Amino acid sequence: MEILVCVKRVPDTSENEIQLARGGADIERADLVYSINEPDNYAVEEALQIVSRTGGKVTVVTVGNEEDEEVLRREMAMGAAGAVLLSDQAFEGSDGRGTAAILKAYVQSRHYDLILTGVQADDGCAQVGGMLAALLDYPFASLVTSIEVEGQRLKIAREVEGGSKEINRIDLPCVLSIQTGINEPRYVGMRGIRQVASIPIPTPCAADLGVEVDEVGKTAAKVQRVDYFVPPAGKGAQILQGSREEIVEKLMDLLKAKGGLN
Amino acid sequence: MPRIFAYIVHKNGVLDDTAAELPVAARKIVSPPDAAAAVTAIVVGWGADLDKVCESLRGLYAETWKVAQEGLAYPNAELVRQAIVKVVPAGSIVLVPHGHFGVDLSPGLSIKINAAYVPDVVDIEGIDGQWLKVVRQEFGGQVSAHMRANLSTGAVLNVRPGAFRPTGTAPMNGQVVDKSAEIGVLTARRQYLETIAAEIGDVDITKAPVLVSIGRGIGEQENIAIADDLAEVMGAAVSCSRPVVDAKWLDKSRQVGSSGQTVRPKVYMACGISGSFQHLAGLKGSPFIVALNKNPKAPIFRVADVGIVDDMLAFMPALAARVREESCVPGKGRRS
Repeated sequence: MEILVCVKRVPDTSENEIQLARGGADIERADLVYSINEPDNYAVEEALQIVSRTGGKVTVVTVGNEEDEEVLRREMAMGAAGAVLLSDQAFEGSDGRGTAAILKAYVQSRHYDLILTGVQADDGCAQVGGMLAALLDYPFASLVTSIEVEGQRLKIAREVEGGSKEINRIDLPCVLSIQTGINEPRYVGMRGIRQVASIPIPTPCAADLGVEVDEVGKTAAKVQRVDYFVPPAGKGAQILQGSREEIVEKLMDLLKAKGGLN
Repeated sequence: MPRIFAYIVHKNGVLDDTAAELPVAARKIVSPPDAAAAVTAIVVGWGADLDKVCESLRGLYAETWKVAQEGLAYPNAELVRQAIVKVVPAGSIVLVPHGHFGVDLSPGLSIKINAAYVPDVVDIEGIDGQWLKVVRQEFGGQVSAHMRANLSTGAVLNVRPGAFRPTGTAPMNGQVVDKSAEIGVLTARRQYLETIAAEIGDVDITKAPVLVSIGRGIGEQENIAIADDLAEVMGAAVSCSRPVVDAKWLDKSRQVGSSGQTVRPKVYMACGISGSFQHLAGLKGSPFIVALNKNPKAPIFRVADVGIVDDMLAFMPALAARVREESCVPGKGRRS
């Protein structure tokens, strides 16, 4: 099976304070560490596990520029056979639909049986996979937590409310967004990344892909970010102050009063 | 002014809470914000369940468009999308709850009706010319963003459940319009087979009055013991957020959130949990929330009652030691 996995390089914000930059025009990115969007690792791992059973190969793709090469190499070190960087100045500022249109052009120039994405990226949109499927007129399923290959179809589970699983059968080719936790993504060491460092990564531009430049990028975007802002604190938590010992004492009193010690 | 539709999520003949929330969101689009009648419900399904749902919708919406077809008895997003494409006029605004169904339906729907798409909308600031201004959150809720959506070819807005509180408006006596005949034959390349209920784990966190809940900040599997120890001395159970389950450090049955368990404890200690809306959706009954996180900007501090900015791996053992000390003092003994 030929599998394409769409990935994205994102800032790691889970353990970092985000500050606004230039009055909200952007966030302060200088101190942030960029890496692969974590959910994408689950999608790549799932693709690798499928081809280990069925044969075929895994290709990873992203839309971006030379800075994004590092995440493609990381996923190659995991085991992806190839990577493609779709890169053109005209792509900058694309909304989800624009990104999906760029990916669609690439997919149509090749043949893939299955296209995977991570469940969502740093903006929490969870949109490109579903849009890509609609543009290609492929079936789509989101929040996928297991995949079994059954000939020209897949049996998949989707995560629905309360941790229940919705079981579906879906025809190939299709697009699936992969939920985190579906597998345990393999570890990638520095050595693995060095081993793929010299593999060439093609970087097709808009003209190579046959993308109409007026259908992508900032001017074509139907959805645009106006600015970032910090939401009003609202009620907000009462932050306990003092040394750790003092805070423990204050918390003990609160826990006793609220029934937290049983 | 584009026509506004609200997609109704329902199950077993009962409306989802979002059915009452979408009209509130719709009223923030229209200006002047008066016309309660300006939003039309779209509901698909089959049989007695659908009839029951339509009856409930008459109290919430001036007009409900009903689409009945046997194949829609279970909401398969691919079929539902085709049904909506057939009935909704070009240029409309379609509101959809941003849940596991909404993320399945809406990105593709927006392509098929050539509309702008904004996912996970938490607030709406109204129309300015051909643009609709809305609010989203990014980076796990740490930062908000004003977004604008071009309405010239319509829009699909996925609305965060719980973000628009129903205001208790007087019940309407709305009408139900049957649109089933406009749908024709629907075909899907994705087929719903069955739903498998979540497994019940070793510990039932839904019954625990006190939860020590851990998130990504727990760092590694060996540190789970720190949470277990604190929970033991407090007489609490250990629950968690999604990253802990993804790492396979705790069973899925321990997860609090929209895709995990819904819990109603008296006290909830959120340790190293950033506080995503999916996590908070599983927290009901207004517990006393203690947030422990080393990032002072973590969204959990916005909803917690009390916050502690510290390293959870150092603070939790300190608290456990203090509780243990208290329980050993004669005359202050705790039942164990």
